[in-house]
Amino acid sequence: MTMKLPIYLDYSATCPVDPRVAAKMAEQLTMEGNFGNPASRSHLYGWKAEEAVENARQQVAELINADPREIVWTSGATESDNLAIKGAAHFYQGRGKHIITSKIEHKAVLDTCRQLEREGFEVTYLNPREDGIVTPQQVEEALREDTILVSLMHVNNEIGVINDIAAIGELCRSRKVIFHVDAAQSAGKLPIDLQEMKVDLMSFSAHKVYGPKGIGALYVRRKPRVRLEAQMHGGGHERGMRSGTLPTHQIVGMGEAFRIAKEEMVQEGERLVSLRNRFWDQIKDMEEVHINGSAEQRVPGNLNVSFAFVEGESLIMSLRDLAISSGSACTSASLEPSYVLRALGVNDELAHSSLRFSFGRFTSEQDVDTAATAVRKAVEKLRELSPLWDMYKDGVDLNKIEWAAH
Amino acid sequence: MAYSDKVIDHYEHPRNVGRMDDKADNVGTGMVGAPACGDVMRLQIQVNAEGVIEDAKFKTYGCGSAIASSSLLTEWVKGKTIDEAEQIKNTAIAEELALPPVKIHCSVLAEDAIKAAVRNIREKRGESVEAAGTQESAAG
Repeated sequence: MTMKLPIYLDYSATCPVDPRVAAKMAEQLTMEGNFGNPASRSHLYGWKAEEAVENARQQVAELINADPREIVWTSGATESDNLAIKGAAHFYQGRGKHIITSKIEHKAVLDTCRQLEREGFEVTYLNPREDGIVTPQQVEEALREDTILVSLMHVNNEIGVINDIAAIGELCRSRKVIFHVDAAQSAGKLPIDLQEMKVDLMSFSAHKVYGPKGIGALYVRRKPRVRLEAQMHGGGHERGMRSGTLPTHQIVGMGEAFRIAKEEMVQEGERLVSLRNRFWDQIKDMEEVHINGSAEQRVPGNLNVSFAFVEGESLIMSLRDLAISSGSACTSASLEPSYVLRALGVNDELAHSSLRFSFGRFTSEQDVDTAATAVRKAVEKLRELSPLWDMYKDGVDLNKIEWAAH
Repeated sequence: MAYSDKVIDHYEHPRNVGRMDDKADNVGTGMVGAPACGDVMRLQIQVNAEGVIEDAKFKTYGCGSAIASSSLLTEWVKGKTIDEAEQIKNTAIAEELALPPVKIHCSVLAEDAIKAAVRNIREKRGESVEAAGTQESAAG
């Protein structure tokens, strides 16, 4: 296969749809296909659509060893997070109004928590360790009598670090606190067994697993039963937890994507680890290059690296043949370095100098080699341009200089 | 973010990259910005006895617009007197490079850099320097 430029190394942002998934989706759209409304009970078109939806529900449930009746379709992980956190907080607020989360959660969790704060809830934002991990001990220390909900991500979207959700689940269960996990970045990449793990609510997204955008799911535990207050009202779909006509093609796509993930996860994980190592082996001998977050407790396809003394946005600009993202949010209008890296205690200068490389199903060894060569060249060029590099080479301690903030 | 052709040109072929001896009597150095903010510029000018800038060099840590702003500035100041150079406005830089609003601060930083460099050379020449500057030279 000829290489397509720019080389896509941003699988943590989104994945292309697997062609096998796209083929299934295409069968659910036209007059000749399975176009019916799954909620139509009075004719064959509806029954067939419902069958396809329930088959997909089964496929999603199988990847995470859950009961299909525990899967609620949503528009994506953001909606799942909203439904889980607001839904549980509103339902259980009679027990207490304290929620625990961490500072490095996805904005879908953080902004939802901020909203609940405005409604009178109290939220504790845990600071992860330097390696990006939130420990069960940290959660235990933050638990209070009035804590009703703990919400933590399984894998962080920027640094790929894995939390021990099994242990945190045990803790929450023993304290009768609802435990929500955002698994958008881990589903299909790490084993998840919800018969074993004491997780009450889990958010999923299809497009991080080679499915389509615009569809996700929320796992809602049946035993012991977890209750939610609906956030979307209407026809009472999804057992009243999320109204709205089910998009058969999207759902079938997510089901097929999760089926493939279950089948190929182990092999794919090994391949991605070897690609990541191959990439890292080609850049790690450069001076002042650091991995952000735990190198060991990390999802296979992710590498977040700081290249000291060069600025991330200009680095991306010189890597025009690579589709990557800056660990910092510099490409957005905010110009603020990544809040995730700051929470890890990474200094601002290094946070500005970081890039996230995420490898995936369609990444080749050739892609990785081309990327590594390009990165080395760009970093060397920009260091030649960097006054900070000069100072570092002269032995000046940059932390001792009083910079004028601007 | 879409960059203008001029930004890309300066970014890919930066003019006058380099470093001068900041201890030399005829060299003025302006170092502005902060690593924490994502950009640091070092602009140096070599000035003759008549106060004319004979040469200029820069190094910049920052985004493409910051690099382009400083590169452009070195082209503009060469041949100017320090009085003239001091008058260069960030708006002219922003306009020339077609910087988007979110990158205007890069041109501001470039203006600060030339002002700091001129202030530094004036001090070396024993000329009176206005106390109120936009920014102090952070390091030599």
